[in-house]
Amino acid sequence: MNTEPLHNFVEKLKAQNSSWVADVKDALGEVTITVPREAIIDVCNFLKGEQDFDLLADLCGSDCGPEEDPRFEVNYHLFSTTHYNRLRLKVLLMEDEPNVESVTSLWKTANWHERETYDLLGIVFDNHPDLRRILLPSDFDGHALRKDYPLRGYEPYSLS
Amino acid sequence: MSTAVENLPSDIEVLDESLDSQMTISMGPQHPSTHGVLRLELILDGEVVVKTTPDIGYLHTGMEKLFEYKKYQQGITITDRMDYLNPLGNNLAYVMAAEKLLQIEIPERGQVIRVLMCELQRIASHMVWLGTHALDIGAMSVFFFCFRQREKILNLIEAASGGRMTPSYFRIGGLMMDLPAGFERRCKQFLEDFPAAMDMFETLVSGNTLFQSRTKEIGYMSKEDSISWGVTGPCLRACGVELDLRIANPYTGYETYDFDIPTETGCDVWARFRVRMRELYESEKIVKQALERLKPGPTKADAPKVVLPDRDDMRKHMDSLIHHFLIVAEGFNVPEGEVYHAIEASKGELGVYMKSNGGPKPERVHFRGPSFVNLSALPDMVEGELIADVVAVIGSLDIVLGEIDR
Repeated sequence: MNTEPLHNFVEKLKAQNSSWVADVKDALGEVTITVPREAIIDVCNFLKGEQDFDLLADLCGSDCGPEEDPRFEVNYHLFSTTHYNRLRLKVLLMEDEPNVESVTSLWKTANWHERETYDLLGIVFDNHPDLRRILLPSDFDGHALRKDYPLRGYEPYSLS
Repeated sequence: MSTAVENLPSDIEVLDESLDSQMTISMGPQHPSTHGVLRLELILDGEVVVKTTPDIGYLHTGMEKLFEYKKYQQGITITDRMDYLNPLGNNLAYVMAAEKLLQIEIPERGQVIRVLMCELQRIASHMVWLGTHALDIGAMSVFFFCFRQREKILNLIEAASGGRMTPSYFRIGGLMMDLPAGFERRCKQFLEDFPAAMDMFETLVSGNTLFQSRTKEIGYMSKEDSISWGVTGPCLRACGVELDLRIANPYTGYETYDFDIPTETGCDVWARFRVRMRELYESEKIVKQALERLKPGPTKADAPKVVLPDRDDMRKHMDSLIHHFLIVAEGFNVPEGEVYHAIEASKGELGVYMKSNGGPKPERVHFRGPSFVNLSALPDMVEGELIADVVAVIGSLDIVLGEIDR
């Protein structure tokens, strides 16, 4: 698959501010841009406002394992409803400070995606309007999708 | 009003102040029109909805965690149980993500069968939507007629895969097996009967003035808001956005089929209804074209380390037997990498994010369910509507809780 048009967006990002792009990976027909944690709002704002990436298709976190550093990553899958291109932004997070700025101010759909990521992986989205657990009960202990959380949990969970 | 109060016996106290206060009620999780175990916390002012807070997670089974403990080919059976009205769509998204990582192409016949089955499944999924949507609004009999049509498709899927609701028909690198003898004839039989059923639905539902007055100008959401909320699929096309991933990001050869993208501009429940009804005709068109294209040939990719060999080969060839044993016992290694593959499921964009660490089990699988995202837009859609219209809006979103909670 041709990724030439996607690299144009990377070039435009770099031209805007070279510190926004920490790393670019082109694999399997998809382009992944690693963005510094502090810049994610600015990068999303630029891509949404100037490059027509108006739909946040997906936002998901991933745990690379407790021995890895940085341990967590958050993937933003951007899509454009006009030129149909897809771009993946990636933010890497350390285990002792799993905080990243929320993008709910740009896309309302980020609200539930970020709540889900917080619920299952324990990644905290700063300035999120309503950061509560979404799939698991509010008194659930731990974050189930972390690699060090056992598949069957620690003890049988009871709703009562 | 005042005369009625004056005529009341003097010992009855009339409470006027209670009319000003708001009331919080819990709708669901055991409510038939929430399409599963969805709970809505509604704040009402009389009959008008002031605020809605969806409460989900009652059906959460930790599927994304389970994927990490299963081999790639074992994960297919889990995907069946997410959007249980569109299991073949889930299968397709999952196996195509894995195929992208493995970089294998499947042969022409396999692709045509995938398109054929997916479009049949889309019709079946829309039949359940139509039946339950009409049922929510008060039309009982449509449900039975819709399920009669759906039953025919489920029989076709059962004939091909052995499972009605959980087919697991698409496998990494091809199909479980080729179509059975007589499938094309049965499929053509269904296509012959289907237009008459569609005519009946158009008269029974579309032409029903009661249905129209219950759906027109209800649940309005503008195009800009819909995109910001991430709404996709028929709900977005009802806002006039001509976006269909089958054409925008084509997969399995959809770009070679001749079909239209139906759009409406009403942005309301009625527009979503019309888009889905017109989509049914388009799906029918694609099924017809796919049937014409079915030519004999292989259905599985030529990748012996990934695709299970045919039974016949295993009896004759030693290496086929070895490959079979290795795939079943140890699985196959998938090269390191990550992909996001999105398909147009019956409800919208179904995306699969898959990350591999080079082993036989995925490091992370994430499903971007269209129902999950579309439901998150519900509070904005029903704000200021009557409580009776909330069920109409939920019906128009066509949500499946199995996919939302995962």
